[in-house]
Amino acid sequence: MKRARFLVPLGIFVALAIVLAIGLNRDPREVPSPLIGKPAPAFALPTLGNPERAIATADLKGKVWMLNVWASWCVACREEHPLLVAFAKRGTVPIYGLNYKDQRDDGIAWLAQRGDPYRASLFDADGRVGIDFGVYGVPETFIIDKTGTIRFKHIGPLTPEVLTTVIEPLVRKLDV
Amino acid sequence: MSSSSFPRRRETGGLARWYRTTPDSQRRATGLAMALLVASLSASLFAGSAGAKEAQPESPDPVLEARMVRITSELRCLVCQNQTIADSHADLAVDLRREARELLSQGKSDQDVIDYMTARYGDFVLYRPPLKATTLLLWGGPALMLLIGAGVGIATIARRNRMTDEAFEPEDDEARERARA
Amino acid sequence: MIPELGHFALWLALGASLVLGVMPMVGAGVGRHDWMAVARPTAGTLFTLVALAFVCLAASFANNDFSVLYVATNSNRLLPLHYRIAAVWGGHEGSILLWLLMLTFWTAAVARFSRHLPDVLVARILAVMGWLSFGFLLFVLVTSNPFDRLFPAAAEGRDLNPLLQDPGMVIHPPMLYMGYVGLSVAFSFAVAALIGGQLDASWARWTRPWTTAAWIFLTIGIALGSGWAYYELGWGGWWFWDPVENASFMPWLVATALIHSLAVTEKRGSFKSWTVLLAILAFSLSLLGTFLVRSGVLSSVHAFASDPKRGLFILAFLVVVIGASLALYAWRAPSVGLGKRFAFVSRETMLLGNNVLLVVACGAVLLGTLYPLALDALNLGKISVGPPYFDTVFVPLLTPLVFLMGVGPMARWKDARLPDLAMRLRWAAGTAVVAALAVAWLHGGLGIVGVLGLLMVFWIVASVATDLVERLRPDAGKGLVERARQVPRALVGMMIAHVGIAVFITGVTLVKSGEVERDVKMDVGDTTTIGPYVFTFRGAQAVDGPNYRAMQGVIEVSKNGAAPTTLRPEKRLYTATQASLTEAAIDTGFTRDLYVSLGEAVGGSAWVVRVYVKPFVDWIWGGCLVMAIGGLVAATDRRYRARTRRSEAGIDDDPVVAAHARPSTTPASSTT
Repeated sequence: MKRARFLVPLGIFVALAIVLAIGLNRDPREVPSPLIGKPAPAFALPTLGNPERAIATADLKGKVWMLNVWASWCVACREEHPLLVAFAKRGTVPIYGLNYKDQRDDGIAWLAQRGDPYRASLFDADGRVGIDFGVYGVPETFIIDKTGTIRFKHIGPLTPEVLTTVIEPLVRKLDV
Repeated sequence: MSSSSFPRRRETGGLARWYRTTPDSQRRATGLAMALLVASLSASLFAGSAGAKEAQPESPDPVLEARMVRITSELRCLVCQNQTIADSHADLAVDLRREARELLSQGKSDQDVIDYMTARYGDFVLYRPPLKATTLLLWGGPALMLLIGAGVGIATIARRNRMTDEAFEPEDDEARERARA
Repeated sequence: MIPELGHFALWLALGASLVLGVMPMVGAGVGRHDWMAVARPTAGTLFTLVALAFVCLAASFANNDFSVLYVATNSNRLLPLHYRIAAVWGGHEGSILLWLLMLTFWTAAVARFSRHLPDVLVARILAVMGWLSFGFLLFVLVTSNPFDRLFPAAAEGRDLNPLLQDPGMVIHPPMLYMGYVGLSVAFSFAVAALIGGQLDASWARWTRPWTTAAWIFLTIGIALGSGWAYYELGWGGWWFWDPVENASFMPWLVATALIHSLAVTEKRGSFKSWTVLLAILAFSLSLLGTFLVRSGVLSSVHAFASDPKRGLFILAFLVVVIGASLALYAWRAPSVGLGKRFAFVSRETMLLGNNVLLVVACGAVLLGTLYPLALDALNLGKISVGPPYFDTVFVPLLTPLVFLMGVGPMARWKDARLPDLAMRLRWAAGTAVVAALAVAWLHGGLGIVGVLGLLMVFWIVASVATDLVERLRPDAGKGLVERARQVPRALVGMMIAHVGIAVFITGVTLVKSGEVERDVKMDVGDTTTIGPYVFTFRGAQAVDGPNYRAMQGVIEVSKNGAAPTTLRPEKRLYTATQASLTEAAIDTGFTRDLYVSLGEAVGGSAWVVRVYVKPFVDWIWGGCLVMAIGGLVAATDRRYRARTRRSEAGIDDDPVVAAHARPSTTPASSTT
């Protein structure tokens, strides 16, 4: 019994090592969204293509939709854009863009050059709506359901895996 | 550490090198240009000093600004490698400082600003972890460790004091006695 | 050719470390003197080979050899030579090589300065250090080879991060690593003693100067890092409880506990197993720090680019080294003797209290640093733990520690009487309270925490003074000078180091409660006043540096109308990386720093200027320097120098060794 307490340091270390090993596979800078399961923030923004036309939260209730945050200055967005264009063609879910902290002309030109998968792009010049959505890095993608509740958030460029394994099944489930 | 000044970065001999390598005519022309420049500078300085004044604070409301800085000094910049929102130059940090300023100028409280941030970014944005079920061990840990440490220390001394002399090393004089014997 | 030579040297070093790890250890176990004798020369060879590799890397940097990938990523043709050399440790691969250089240096140093130690012990110590080198060499050669080539060679390097192009970069990492790695000596002494089963007061006496030396380097290294952050980062902060800062602070706390614990073990033979555990713990924390910084598990301004493969290797190394040593401890420690008796109130208990507080403080820092990682690993969410937590938790632990600092040195070994102690310290306590309140009242604007800080400072100074007076008071016919000569250096060092802590606390207290910050828009000729200091903006002009272009502001400061001092803060744009950097300008003073940095240009000739007056801020690092000086004085105590006469009475009060040394003056050979 006397020996037992001399094993305590080793025991503590083993527990620590396990925690560190698990931690190796985590990204310390990825911030999970507290908005999952909460209503999407209210917004009313002009669209990128047509400043006169505005879209507000109420307009998008009643259907499942995807919000993709992008900008012409965002390098990673270029990576995911072809995927998004192809995905839009499949018509699984309407995609709306949030043009975050961009110049109108730059945004329009960028879409003209790379294709426009969006039903419309909301023009968020000062980034306030982005902040309301908890955006901290571009690109980010949200899935919002018919009642206007955020159901999913993806940080970083979209990948085929995420689209097929997470987003499509989710959209199918929500569409019912 | 003297109080005399020294520029943090010294220009090493640039002017000396220029003087050695530039032809005479060019030096004269440059000299003339310099003289004119100095003259105009002095004039502007003179004019300037007439307008020189006590510098105004950068922000129109220093009290509010101080409050904003105090609050954002405990918030984490999400796009930085461990910096506060108050100190970071990142775009998002600048935007969030702007939002905080606006909330405060609308009369919101410090807690309102913090709630605003956590509603959007979660507890990750707080450098002062909130007291929750998951952070009980964090906040209570040090006190707990101190209690355990003190307890073990006292128990160890108490246990030692209960032991007989055989368990211990003899005092030096006793050892020398035995060695001499 | 040179990179290949360096690479080859590392492979040879791997072989040497394997020899060093195996032969002397086996030799010690079976009693073969020829195998044990291999240790010292192999240690020297190992150091020479690693030094050679290091020189090859440095040469590649000096020659701008961009066919070496590591050089291309961390250097640039325009980079001045001294920064090209410092760039050797600017990235992960080179800094691990620096670590190795230090490790093999300490190994060679132990080989050189251990003539007075038993051969068996030396053989085991060097073998353990050989194993450590083996692990790191394997790590370098398998995952982090600095000599990897780049084909085709880059025309120009990517440049060293501008934040690192600074004198601080030249000296801070080497000092810090000397400290980190120096703790491996105490670790090796501990493991060797556990293996051999011989743990006595002599072991403590031999270990102590090495531990103190490592502690000195660590103190200086941390202080340099803090000072560098202060003037380099542009916002005047000097400690952020960043994970990497914590990674250096935790070994320091445990090393401090270890120094105090060694004192007890050396003097009274007590706390042996605890001391050994601390020695293992200190170096384990150094290794843990290495892991945290390079594995990507924590986000930090200091972190190297992360690579999970490297993280896994270091974790495996950690598990092997720490796991094995703690298992060895669990096996051997129970049979270690208890040393001499001591009463409930005695210097031993006070030092035990010191140890408990320091280790708990270290535990608190470890908890705060790793808690976010632990929660994330358990899928319990993501939080951040920052300065508000650490400041709240750390200060209450510091206060009782400082109290003990005054009482401990005054307490007698074995049995101290509380009333007697209280009597002797009443003057110190009274002075401390009066002085603290008086200064607080004169200064004005100090909160409770400020007064507490002052109280701690005056308590330390008054108690050290009391101790000193007691020791120097003429007694039994001995005059002042005679008595002064009798005070052992270790005690003088202790007093100096404790005063250093007082200086440090003074700086922290006064700067936290008294600093003033002002953000103002300044046009040419505008002024702003803080206290007696008038700051005048004289405009900004473009200047060029060797590898950057900058806007340099000119600000004159004058106090009470005296001749002005000129400060030149800069906003630099580095050509290679297009990274921008704010370079603050500081007027350093004994009682205050004037700190100026440029914000943004606001049209015309006006700029936003940030002005600080920071009272006594340099006392923070001055205090660390005084601490280090105290350590140096203590480490040069006569007791630790290689013995000339073993039988000098009073030097050796260890009965075991004394009994063996009685017949002759030669060092006692291995007793087990």
